[in-house]
Amino acid sequence: MIRVPQDVVEEIRAQGAGSYPEECCGALVGRASDGLKSVVLTRPFANGNPDSRERRYYVGPDAYREAETWARAQGLDVVGIYHSHPDHPARPSEFDREHAWPWYSYVILSVEQGKPGSMTSWVLADERDRFDPEELQCP
Amino acid sequence: MPVKILIPTPLRSFVGGLSEVDVEGQTVGDALRSLVERHGQLKKHLYAEDGKLRSFVNVYVNDEDVRYLSQGETKLGEKDVVSIVPSVAGGVGPSTTASPLPLSAEEIRRYSRHLIMPEVGLQGQVKLKKASVLLIGAGGLGSPLALYLAAAGVGRIGIVDFDVVDESNLQRQVIHGTSDVGRPKLESARARLREVNPLVKIETHEMRLTSANALDLFRGYDIVADGTDNFPTRYLVNDACVLTGKPNVYGSIFRFEGQASVFATADGPCYRCLYPEPPPAGLVPSCAEGGVLGVLPGIVGSIQAAEVIKLILGAGQPLVGRLLLFDALATTFRTLKTRKDPNCPLCGTNPTIKHLIDYEAFCGIEAEWVNAAAGEFEIAPVDLKKRIDRGEDLVLLDVREPQEWEICRLKGATLIPLGRLPYALGELSTADEIVAYCRMGGRSRKALQILQEAGFRKVRNLTGGINAWAETVDPSVPRY
Repeated sequence: MIRVPQDVVEEIRAQGAGSYPEECCGALVGRASDGLKSVVLTRPFANGNPDSRERRYYVGPDAYREAETWARAQGLDVVGIYHSHPDHPARPSEFDREHAWPWYSYVILSVEQGKPGSMTSWVLADERDRFDPEELQCP
Repeated sequence: MPVKILIPTPLRSFVGGLSEVDVEGQTVGDALRSLVERHGQLKKHLYAEDGKLRSFVNVYVNDEDVRYLSQGETKLGEKDVVSIVPSVAGGVGPSTTASPLPLSAEEIRRYSRHLIMPEVGLQGQVKLKKASVLLIGAGGLGSPLALYLAAAGVGRIGIVDFDVVDESNLQRQVIHGTSDVGRPKLESARARLREVNPLVKIETHEMRLTSANALDLFRGYDIVADGTDNFPTRYLVNDACVLTGKPNVYGSIFRFEGQASVFATADGPCYRCLYPEPPPAGLVPSCAEGGVLGVLPGIVGSIQAAEVIKLILGAGQPLVGRLLLFDALATTFRTLKTRKDPNCPLCGTNPTIKHLIDYEAFCGIEAEWVNAAAGEFEIAPVDLKKRIDRGEDLVLLDVREPQEWEICRLKGATLIPLGRLPYALGELSTADEIVAYCRMGGRSRKALQILQEAGFRKVRNLTGGINAWAETVDPSVPRY
């Protein structure tokens, strides 16, 4: 289960709407223990894909390390990644699965015609052959 | 070879929750194979079906992406740390894998104004990324140097300094801010540079550069940029550059005038070719004594930064064999031709200097220190205060300049600037007990010598000058 407080949800929705028609993405920063992840804040990534940012996001190792160091400095960890699907449902794509890391929560926000829609969370199965839905709590 | 591998958070559940794992291996490839042998479940996450590392798995040795080293063949040494670093990709698009570029997409966006110039281009930017530059000093010249070199994407920047930020630095040392006063300069500089460009590596060396440590330090960098404010360190930097074969990108500033050049390249002159001997100690005042226009180091340090970048790129004509003189009052730039001196004791045909020497002694500074140590003629601010409070009859002699006198002065003092003192001895009496002071105690010590040579016996020097008085006796006196 992943717990994303309401203010963080609003932040992600605002980012998703703001970057439409391009995808937005960022790190979910928080704590993890015994299968429960609690997000505390987000660390937006610049979408580093040189082209077709409407359909793809890319965050390089340097940017990742920078986010991780930033999280560590506050005693937190990167526990997942969020990104938006402009004009697409909030379900992971094949591309998402092929590039996914295990353990991380992948929170996906659907943005329809610039308006933020549903939000879901997913975790890669150990076999890498599918994403399993993860319970998303927004206290 | 025992090697440590740092495991990123998403993979820790496969290695028993550990953040690092010790394995054996001579190369990066060996170490990773030994890791997946031990923790089999990692394999499918790190390697694709074709046996290659997955496109979103990045491997670093210390701070270098192995993609820029020898990939899997990269040799490992003792104490090397291997890290597995995620990159993150996804989206609704069709599945294709981007080909690896020598620069990340983030770097391409950041450096786009460099990349579109043919003189830099992708190749030049990669050269900058692979380059390393050592900056001597994080002060007036070091500020623009560090800021612009970091912003330009110079991959590794070392800075040597041991000072803390003082309020009087802020007028020109723009890498430090008001809230940094009292903080070590290196700490403040590092924080600022991280904000300017988190993609470059900053290495801080908190120490005084000496003949004992300079050579080892310089060997670790491609280029050295000199931002020092004194002659002993300037000669030390030059000599160490010649002895280690590193170009010395030189800059110096005083009041409204600055100089810049590139010394110690293979075919160009060194600083000693131009200035074989230092000026007599005390003849050329430092910026602390003589002042400096705050924007001047901004201009000269930026010129140095441009020279460093040109040397890295191999573009244009660097200031080799030319000394650039800038006058901010007249707004003129002049260049003088300089030549390699075949008789230079350091870089000439028959060099006599083959090791670093004692630069304080070479610049005649030691003698002055010894003098200063003779405490007999010194008086501490607190002791002076006691004697004034007791109503003792003392003549307070201020040897600073009139514009300094306007900032602050001791009550009842007489102003005779040091330069006028030899001609104004008649205004003083050898019968009086005289306490001379200046801003920090240097000029008044020279005043004491003049007085003593003229037969004055009852003379004292206020240790640390009026600044020390402001600090320890009367906080209402401004320090400057």
